[in-house]
Parts: sequence; structure tokens; C-alpha cells
Amino acid sequence: MLVTYIEAIRQAMDEELARDGNVLLMGEDVGVLGGAFKASAGLQEKHGADRVVDMPISESLIVGAGVGLAVQGMRPILEMQFIDFISCGFDQIVNSAATLRYRHGGQTACPIVVRGPSGGGVHGGLYHSQNPEAWFCHVPGLKVVAPATAYDAKGLLKSAIRDDDPVIYFEHKFLYRRIKEEIPAEEYLVPIGKAALRKEGRDLTVITYGAPVHAVMKAARDMAAEVDIEVIDLRTLLPIDWATVKASVRKTGKVLIVHEARLTGGIGGEVAARIAQDCFEELDGPVMRLAARDVHTPFAPAMEDYVLPNQEKITEAIRKLAAY
Amino acid sequence: MTEQKDRELYRWLRLIREFEDRISALDKQGKLMGGVYSGKGQEAVTVGFCHDLRWDDWIFPLHRDLGAYLVKGADPKRLMAQIFGKRDGFAKGKDSYLHGGDLANGIFGATSCLGATLPVAAGMAYKFKIRKEDRVAIAFFGEGASSRGDVHEAMNFAGVHRLPVVFVCENNFYAYSTPNELQFGVDNVADRAVGYGFKGEVVNGNDLHDVMKAAGKAIDRARKGDGPTLVECKTYRYHGHSEHDRADYRSEEEVITWESRDPISLWEIYLEKRKYDIAAIRKETTGEVTRIVAEAVAFAEASPAPEGPEAMEDLYAMPIDTEAP
Ligand SMILES: Cc1ncc(C[n+]2csc(CCOP(=O)(O)OP(=O)(O)O)c2C)c(N)n1
Ligand SMILES: [Mg+2]
Repeated sequence: MLVTYIEAIRQAMDEELARDGNVLLMGEDVGVLGGAFKASAGLQEKHGADRVVDMPISESLIVGAGVGLAVQGMRPILEMQFIDFISCGFDQIVNSAATLRYRHGGQTACPIVVRGPSGGGVHGGLYHSQNPEAWFCHVPGLKVVAPATAYDAKGLLKSAIRDDDPVIYFEHKFLYRRIKEEIPAEEYLVPIGKAALRKEGRDLTVITYGAPVHAVMKAARDMAAEVDIEVIDLRTLLPIDWATVKASVRKTGKVLIVHEARLTGGIGGEVAARIAQDCFEELDGPVMRLAARDVHTPFAPAMEDYVLPNQEKITEAIRKLAAY
Repeated sequence: MTEQKDRELYRWLRLIREFEDRISALDKQGKLMGGVYSGKGQEAVTVGFCHDLRWDDWIFPLHRDLGAYLVKGADPKRLMAQIFGKRDGFAKGKDSYLHGGDLANGIFGATSCLGATLPVAAGMAYKFKIRKEDRVAIAFFGEGASSRGDVHEAMNFAGVHRLPVVFVCENNFYAYSTPNELQFGVDNVADRAVGYGFKGEVVNGNDLHDVMKAAGKAIDRARKGDGPTLVECKTYRYHGHSEHDRADYRSEEEVITWESRDPISLWEIYLEKRKYDIAAIRKETTGEVTRIVAEAVAFAEASPAPEGPEAMEDLYAMPIDTEAP
């Protein structure tokens, strides 16, 4: 079955809504409109307005109501129209959902999924380009995923819906209709907490996730004559699949971490620190990071390009690391 | 009102309409990037609330209130450059549309987070109050935004301190696709004012007379120290939520009904009743607004696109180099 990334998301929700009567989808304009990006097109018609719910504009309500439903054993999928507005639901995520099980001494699960379009490269400006995943990776009790392929988008979302803990699911809007893949017609899941080895290589490892996976894969192909690159797509950012990461670094001895989110306080820092500590003996060069510059994602194309990682910057960083 | 003022108000309505139409056309031609949120149909609200303000009053426009920018004194050329994301825009290209205010003219730029400007407006009004300044803050928000906590929190604080602020709800019956019935359980957003301890009023947002009457009273009340007012203007946006939205969620009849209550046509009927030479006024106004908007577009197109490194400017008072060795 040939599907786009966004169609994979729609299918995951459709299948889970059909499979389990406790699954709900709640968000702004998810029903009649089928979502701002049409991720839920047709789902209200099919599953009913009680289960695919057009919510008032309040992200803190959407997440908070989701927590109430979860305590009752329901499994709400909570859409942020743009992930940038997740900050308006921040308290309900980090204080309410993330501590729910903990503060009740394990008496309850919190099976919610908060999902929405993140990411730049579309001239969305300051409030339609954000990559806020690192904020949530700092919060115990949450799980954080960020698929890069249609296959993973579907499989991870289905796993997230079935997971008994709150999962923050970052979609990359740049990928929505730009990638198309063959995925199995039959049901499958992608486990949370497992990275994907996208390409084997001997010379150096690039660890990445989300949209940059595609640029890194292109670099690995284009530079094949020069350097043999191993590519790891983290897929899950909390918890990180350290076994896969370390095995690769131990093999290649060199590592570059690439993400579209900002450098300072980003996931790359955490990955780099672990590698520096646990793989020190095997390292053959500095652990390098390529990320967005430490500034907001601006609107005007030249500035946006200056701020975000791109093909050219990835190639340059790989060359620099390979030279060690 | 004097003939001069009647004509001036007409000119503002028409200038905004021309501006909106031109932006929609530019968007169709692929000359704009990013979202375009047309306020066509809602012109009487912004004209009515901004026209009689003083230069040192402040406004907090919502995402489709480019008309408020114009009436409050923003240079049409810079506003157009802002929409193009060019260097001469208020945000110097760091964002487009109305995410960049013109602070010298008392126009606050909003983030995208709906309703987030209301607490800011309340804070500003608090300063006007404690420093005994004869100034008011006008905060616009959509009926959809009224569901957000920020809106409630701002009104609560404004009620506690009887702040010189006017909350203007532009109820255009839809928040993207979401109708009023799915947004709130009250008939009118203004009904909530009683819960904050101040006055609420509902007006016909397409009738400039109605809007100006309510605006005048509310602004007076604020200036006299009698506290905030919540004015709800019932109006309608002709276009979709953004230019990409076909707005299939509403009926054609509904759109036609509202088009028959067009704020500009209503004002023209009034001008005719006053026995002004409407044909001459219309002709003269058309010439003027077309020229202003054409000049604004030419300016915006000629304005330089910001270069990459400019992205790092305006972040701190004193730049911080996080990439320093
Ligand atoms: C906090 C937040 N959530 C969601 C959005 C996405 N969004 C942008 S405009 C809009 C609808 C706004 O409706 P309303 O407040 O009635 O204003 P209108 O567009 O009708 O003028 C939505 C949901 C947003 N900008 N901010
Ligand atoms: Mg509205």
C-alpha cells in the first residue's frame, strides 16, 4: 500500500478507533473539517461525533480532559493543531499527566497521546515551525516519539495509543505529503524505545530523527565514495535506545548527532554526554552535533535556511568529522 | 457626525477592504508565503474601535485585524512589507502577517497563541492606572479564543483593579471550522462580563454606527476610571479561515445573508441618506485607496529580503554568542 506520511497517521487513528471502543480523538477542528492538515479526514463520519470531538480552543482543556478520560480507562488521542501550541497545554502535560501514575502510587495508568505537526522548512515563522521535543524529554513519566517515515508514523502511533503511559508524538509537517512509501496492508506495530538502523557503515555514525533523517540518508548515499556512513534514526527520544546507539559508536568510533531542534538543551547534548561517558575508549574523534542555531525559527527563507540544518551543512559536518 | 468624519470613516473602510482584497490576490498569484488570514467583512469593528483613539492609546489586534493597524497609524507600506516578510516590515522578516507590532504607534504584535495578548493588555492598562495616565488599551480577540484560560485570567485581573481596558470580542461565528455552539454554552460571549464584575454589551459588528457608539462608551468609561468593558461584535468573515480554507463547513445561503449586511454597503446607504454625493465620494475614494495600496505593494516588493545572518539579530539587548569557542 503506497501512502504518504500523513495518510499513515490517519490510518493509524482510523484502525485504532475501529479496534478499540475506548479510543477517542479530540482536538480543534478534527471532526467536521477533518483537521487543519486533514489528518483525521472522514474519521468523525465513520466513528461518530462522540468519539471524534471538535473541542473549544484550549490546549490545556484538551490535555486535561484527556487525563480525566484516561483515569476512566479511555484512550484519548489529543491533537494540537500546531505543536507550537502545546505550550498552552504544558501544565496539564508535565504536572498533571506525567505525574498521574506516580502521585497515585501506581493506582492508575495514563494512556493518552498528544500529537501534532511540528517542524520547520515551510516558512511557517515563529509559531508554526517549532520543535519543542526537548522540553518533554526532561520530564519523567512521559514518552516521546518522532517518526521520520510513513511506516514508523503508523506503527509508532498505534503503539502510542496502546501504551499505558502518556506519549508525546511529534509529527513533522514537512514530511506530511512530501514522502510516500509502500507499507504493509496488514496490521503492524513499531515498538516505542527502539531505534532504527537505517544504513550500515564502517567509518562514522550519524544519529538523527525526524525530517533530517532524509537529508542524512541522502548525504550517506551521495558521499558513499568518500566515507562509509552508518545512520541511526532514534524514532523514540524518551526513552532512547542506548544499546543501538552505543553498539554503533563502538563500531565506528565517530559520531555526529543531527537534529532540527535547537542546539542548546537539545536531545543531541544528552546523546553526546552518554556517548562521551560510556564509549570514551572507542571514540576516535569529538562527538559532534549539528542542530538549529540558538534562535527562534524566522519566517524569511534566507534566515530560516541560515538557522536550520540543511543538506549542505550536513555534508560539511560529516566531512569535518571524517577528517579526524 | 460631520461630513468630513463620515467620509473619513468611509475612506478607512474602503482602504482596509482594498488592502485585504489585494493581499488575497497576491496570495493567489503565489507572491506571499505563509498563512493569509483575511478580515474582509469585519472592517467596521476595527474602524469603529480604533478611529477615535489617541496616538498614545494602545491596541492589541487579533490575527485578521490588519485594519486596526492601518487606522491606528501604521504606515501602509511597512504593513505590506511586514506581510511580505521583508526587511522593512515591523518584524524585519522574522515573521510575517500580524506577528510584529508597530510599537511607536501603540500597536502590539501578537504571537499565534490565541488570546495571549489579553493578559499583556491588562498589564499595560495596570500601568496606565497606577501612573494615572489618561490612556486606554483595546484588546481584540475572536470568539474562539474566548475559550482560552488567558482570556479569562486577563478579564478577572482587569475586573479586580478596574483597569482602563476594553475587551473586544469579534464573534464571526466560526473559529476555523468550529461554530459557536461547539465553542461555548452561553448565547453571547459578552454575557460573561458579569462574572468579572464589569459591563458586557453585544453590538452589530457590521454597523459602524453601532460599533462606534459602543466603543465610545467603553473607552469613556475606561478613561474615567470606571473600569473595563467587554464588547462583543457580531460579524462575519467572508473568506475561509485562511486563504487555503474552502470553508465548506458553512452554507452558501449563510454567506449570502451576511454579504447583504456588508459594513461598507451599510455605510454607503447612510452616506446616501445624508444626501452626500455618493457617486463622487465613491469615485474619489476608489482612486485614493487603490493608489495607497498599489504604492504599498510596490514598496514591499522592492524592500530587500533579509539575509541569513540577520536571523541572529534582535534576540537580546546585548548579543550572546552561544557558538563561541
Ligand atoms: C492557542 C492556539 N490554539 C490553536 C490555534 C490555531 N488557530 C489559529 S486561528 C484559530 C481559530 C480562531 O478562531 P477565533 O478566535 O474565533 O478567531 P477568527 O479566526 O474567527 O477571527 C485556531 C484554532 C492558535 N493559533 N492558538
Ligand atoms: Mg471566530
